[in-house]
Amino acid sequence: MKTWAILAQFDTPADLMHAASSTRDAGYRKFDCHSPFPIHGMDDAMGLKRSSVGFIVGVMAVIGATIGFVLQTWVATSAYPLVISGKPLFSWQAFIIITFALFVLFGAFGAVFGMFRLIRLPRWHHPLFYSEQFKVVTDDGFVLVIESDDAKFDENGTKEFLAAIGGKNIELVRGEG
Amino acid sequence: MAALDTQNYTFTYKGRFGVIALGVGIVGIILTVIGAFSDAHTFFASWLTGFAFWTTLVLGALFFVMLQHATGAVWSVAVRRVPEALSMTLPVLLLCFIPLVLGLHDLFHWTHAEEVASDHLLQWKSPYLNSTFFIIRGVVFFAIWIGLAWMLNRYSLAQDADGNPAHTLSLRKLSAGGIFLFAFSITFAAFDWLMSLEPHWYSTIFGVYVFIGGFLASLAMLVLIFQWMKGKGILTGTVTTEHFHDFGRLMFAFTVFWAYIGGSQYYLIWYANIPEETVWFLTRWENGWKTVSMLLIIGHFIVPFITLIFYRLKRMDIVLKLIAALIVVMHFVDMFWLVMPTFSPEGVHVSWMHFTAVIGIGGLVLGLFWMRYTAHRAVPVLDPKLEDSIAHRV
Repeated sequence: MKTWAILAQFDTPADLMHAASSTRDAGYRKFDCHSPFPIHGMDDAMGLKRSSVGFIVGVMAVIGATIGFVLQTWVATSAYPLVISGKPLFSWQAFIIITFALFVLFGAFGAVFGMFRLIRLPRWHHPLFYSEQFKVVTDDGFVLVIESDDAKFDENGTKEFLAAIGGKNIELVRGEG
Repeated sequence: MAALDTQNYTFTYKGRFGVIALGVGIVGIILTVIGAFSDAHTFFASWLTGFAFWTTLVLGALFFVMLQHATGAVWSVAVRRVPEALSMTLPVLLLCFIPLVLGLHDLFHWTHAEEVASDHLLQWKSPYLNSTFFIIRGVVFFAIWIGLAWMLNRYSLAQDADGNPAHTLSLRKLSAGGIFLFAFSITFAAFDWLMSLEPHWYSTIFGVYVFIGGFLASLAMLVLIFQWMKGKGILTGTVTTEHFHDFGRLMFAFTVFWAYIGGSQYYLIWYANIPEETVWFLTRWENGWKTVSMLLIIGHFIVPFITLIFYRLKRMDIVLKLIAALIVVMHFVDMFWLVMPTFSPEGVHVSWMHFTAVIGIGGLVLGLFWMRYTAHRAVPVLDPKLEDSIAHRV
């Protein structure tokens, strides 16, 4: 099996954050940090851009609202033109509520499924789970992983780099990502 | 220009803003009162508009303080002193309530005995809608609000002196109960002062609508105050872009909520199509009032909604300032839209007294706010959550 990534452990959240910014400054792009809880400021330390989920939600919400409004207009004015409580066929006021509801519904779909797409879920397995050591991130460990896909990746060089920034228990993870 | 000691957050120089604002306020009120002699009817209507605008805005600040205490919010500790000081201007608004009492006969036609005698519905409502009970209720509302504002300020300032974290818990308990009292009092105040202008018409959601408008305007006013202070270099390291972002998000949320409540009120009445309910919207749609209604939909909802939805725009001072100013102006338009169609259903008439009244009352409110604010520490210095609030990130 090919090398998938190199993993190093750190003692504290602060150490992990330092390591993340060093890794970012060293020019690595494909790396990730794992900890038992969210660490404030980690996004900046890793140099992550803002998530594009918001954009997906916005587009989906507008699509939902359009579908909601157009569907009702079509049903009420041409497919089944029924006069309801003496109001005009095109009573847009009555359509607003369902338009709003579909706006929210599609936005929520965009948020959930957009997120799944971006974090590449669902999947059955991940090469990191081959590492026994990786289990510490569900308890008290702080782990930084540099993936072998990274342009700067080089087995020995990256190992030395991780050791130099204070990484412990450096481990080669093999597997297919 | 005011100056702040950044070490202990005391004002070394308070600036002239307080005096100038008070001066403008007094001149505005004198001009408005002079106007009362030429056209008492317009005077009282303009006064009610200005009074409703500032009272709801200041109550929004009172609610903001209670909301932060009740939820144990961290982010808002650094900005809490401004709404606290704003809520201490409520006694001025109690004084501004007096002209309304004098103008009951001009403003509310349920006070006209001969009309009530020939109107079965008004007769039936008269145990509630009568001048004596109206005045008593008004005084009780103000007593509740002034009492809450006074206690919230008292514990908060006491913590400045002794740093005792127990005050935080007292404030939380006070706020939890206070919000309850506040909700009832502002609902009935909205019924009394604004909804009873049309005593045949009723909407149970009306109180929420008025309250949300005031709270939103209050958030916008806080943004304007903090941006103004930022321009003067006050609290620059304490109230950060993160705080402005928080305000932007709250403004976004309550812009949506305002539209949601206003929409709910409209849709139910539109669906049912019962003449005694639709008449209220009809007067606000005919004879030029449609323009004001559309202005509200666009300026109070669509423009702030589309602008504040964006992360980057919320973090740009100039955008936030413009939107906050728009929201404050729109809250005035909203009050104008609630009050004035009753008095001039034949068309939109803007009197100069509308402006002198709102500026006059506003001058007093903002002048006293600034004097009160600068008299104490600019932030709750010994609040256990202050450091986290300053360092917090969105």
